[in-house]
Amino acid sequence: MSQIHLQVDGKNVAAEEGMTILEAARSVGVSIPTLCDHEKLAPYGACRICTVEADANGRTNLVAACQHPVENDLVVRTRTEKVDKIRKVLLEQMMAHAPDSEQISELAKIYGADRDRFEKEASFCILCGLCVRYCAEVKQKNAISFFDRGAKREIAFIPEIAVRECWDCKECFPLCPTSALQAAYVLTEALMTPPTPSGTCGGCSSK
Amino acid sequence: MPRIKSPVELEAFRKEILSRRDAAQPCITLCSGSACHATGSEKVAAALEQEIAKQGVAAEVAYRRTGCHGFCEQGPIVVIYPQGICYLKVQPEDIAEIISATIKEQQIIERLLYVDVNTGEKATTEEEIPFYKHQERLVLGANRKIDPKSLEDYLAVEGYQALVKALFAMTPEQVVGEVKNAKLRGRGGAGFPSGVKWDFARNAPGDKKYVVVNCDEGDPGAYMDRSVMEGNPFAVLEGLMIGAYAIGADEGYIYVRQEYPLAVANLAIAIKKAEESGLLGQNILGSGFDFTVKVHRGAGAFICGEETSLLNSLEGKPGEPNARPPFPATRGLWGKPTNINNVETWANIPLIINKGADFFSAIGTEGSKGTKIFSLVGKVNNTGLVEVPMGVSMRDIIFKIGGGVPGNKKFKAVQTGGPSGGCIPESLLDIKVDFDELTRAGAMMGSGGMIVMDEDTCLVDIARYFLAFLSDESCGKCTPCREGIRQMKKILTNITKGLGQEGDIELLQELAEATKGSSMCALGKTAPNPVLSTINHFRDEYEAHIRERRCPSLSCKALIAFIIDPQKCKGCGACFRKCPAEAITGGKKRIHVIEQEKCTKCGGCLEACPAAFGAVHKISGEPVPEAIPEESRSIG
Repeated sequence: MSQIHLQVDGKNVAAEEGMTILEAARSVGVSIPTLCDHEKLAPYGACRICTVEADANGRTNLVAACQHPVENDLVVRTRTEKVDKIRKVLLEQMMAHAPDSEQISELAKIYGADRDRFEKEASFCILCGLCVRYCAEVKQKNAISFFDRGAKREIAFIPEIAVRECWDCKECFPLCPTSALQAAYVLTEALMTPPTPSGTCGGCSSK
Repeated sequence: MPRIKSPVELEAFRKEILSRRDAAQPCITLCSGSACHATGSEKVAAALEQEIAKQGVAAEVAYRRTGCHGFCEQGPIVVIYPQGICYLKVQPEDIAEIISATIKEQQIIERLLYVDVNTGEKATTEEEIPFYKHQERLVLGANRKIDPKSLEDYLAVEGYQALVKALFAMTPEQVVGEVKNAKLRGRGGAGFPSGVKWDFARNAPGDKKYVVVNCDEGDPGAYMDRSVMEGNPFAVLEGLMIGAYAIGADEGYIYVRQEYPLAVANLAIAIKKAEESGLLGQNILGSGFDFTVKVHRGAGAFICGEETSLLNSLEGKPGEPNARPPFPATRGLWGKPTNINNVETWANIPLIINKGADFFSAIGTEGSKGTKIFSLVGKVNNTGLVEVPMGVSMRDIIFKIGGGVPGNKKFKAVQTGGPSGGCIPESLLDIKVDFDELTRAGAMMGSGGMIVMDEDTCLVDIARYFLAFLSDESCGKCTPCREGIRQMKKILTNITKGLGQEGDIELLQELAEATKGSSMCALGKTAPNPVLSTINHFRDEYEAHIRERRCPSLSCKALIAFIIDPQKCKGCGACFRKCPAEAITGGKKRIHVIEQEKCTKCGGCLEACPAAFGAVHKISGEPVPEAIPEESRSIG
């Protein structure tokens, strides 16, 4: 593997090919905030809080540090006015859904994000997908998944799998950056309607 | 269908087809694209077949059902060769006369000819119609000459000559070089140089490579790719094969929207015929080049037009984007180097190989070469598909080809580039339409949608409409796209409802910048365009909504009211009878009054009021006048 030389916040970094900007920055002690990143999971790039400025080939781009691979001569700036502004707006958008998340509130202080800027639509979930991806990639159970798309996107447990797998696992709960209660709530809801033996209706006949 | 094993056999077959055809023989062609299908081409076809038999002209008349001619609002279109007589809005009842008068007696049926709405002049042939006259149909042109289901028809118009040239007279490097020199840029939206993209895929390490056709055309009102795919599927296949040969792929996928059944059907026929005749499969024409292709139907997600989402969908995963890099050219379908181009891009390839890079690059502007197909729709007299050289002015497209805005209304703006494009105002109408100029004007080429809007269109509401579309069609994976669009849509909805506040414009701009800057894929990065371009060019409309609770276009329902002028009302009852909400009170010889609480603002009363009276008015930003007292309502 050949070494790649780049600069992060003025520090020279020697990185391995295939590393991301986030990993390179961490290797020299530069911290970049993340919400959907996890060491055991493939980079996903959903929260975009790790957005940084990167100069390459004479152009400045805004890229997600968790996904963007290191390149020779890349010049990365992790805190600029533009970057901070984006992080502030993103946090404000997330707080419309999860106003009381400790992790997000901490970041909000740093970036001056206003908890009440946008009308609350308290779903508690910021759709970082940590639970979904952990269950799929680490546990390989796929008991929780995304449903629908766009503004209607949400997470839900799949009852048929959850009823088998989740009670003894629950490893996704502490991963949640908003509150584990959300996951528990969704799970409970899912388990309230267990799968029925094939051929019978679980609805009116069950009582 | 004979199996063709070499270029010599192909040429012999082509000669044989042409020898069977007499250019002087009358030929009736009927457009059978989706739009003409919708206006009744099936019934016209049945009538044609019946009448040809009934009047006993089957031996002397050829009959062909072709692809889309592009002048869709005038369909069904019948063109009679060799004269090229063009009949529009043809109904089954017209057919007997077309055969007896035009075919047998060489007489023109005047009532079926095109009439220019502006000058009243008639046109006999397609070439004389202003809509066609100012176009240059290098890609779309074959659509009206061939039956898309007929390989013989495609061969008759020089089909597969480019493939033969590429396979037998050019190295793959030379093919890539030709496309590079032609300076063809991708027609799907981003306008990336196609030759450069091919080179990336060609040079990417790996034995297995793929080529993909992106026919997931999703922009509201756009159907360029649909018409090319339905009307000339062999050209797309030929372009794809040339591309596969150039980059070293032996397998291709065509990703077509499920909503395009005719495109899927015609493609399936084209692939089957090409396979049967040896123009697909192993050792094509004896060249040693192998190529197979499969059709994949999309399940209805706009985001799958984005290349990484499309590839995920092809693999059976949810249609969500991946970060780029890695680009598909290095890691695409199933991790293999993949070259993905849009339908129109692929359809340009045979042309470039046949006529050469110099021919192609002589057309267009410095940065954008060749022609581009636009779907010209909205408030414009001649709607349909327009193919023009890059660099034609927007004014020419809308006024010369499109025939201007109907109903003596004033032109206000044209939205280009689909839902994430931008609005171009009157003051910028003289810009040369190409990739770079449109981007500079705050819009974009996109895949070629062009929606014309007149003075009655509210630009704030247009921005809201497109953001609502994108809110549904975003995959929802990344925060700035999902949440940014959600918040922008909310603010825009409030403004159109008269609930806007000072600071809303600035907040929209801030959200737009964040969404543009940090979204993962092109959908999010371009989603704020409708907002930014309308604020940029029509800020006064935003301010009128927010500060005066007024919609200058008299379009936003929450901000308008219909009133009846008591001085002008003659008590005729026309509006009273029309009102579906029973919101109008009146009576014979009594001044009518609209009860605002009941009014649904459908505008029926305004339409119903005789022009001579002109008593119904639409107002905005001003209070509704007090209703005239009951006792003073009697007329005369």
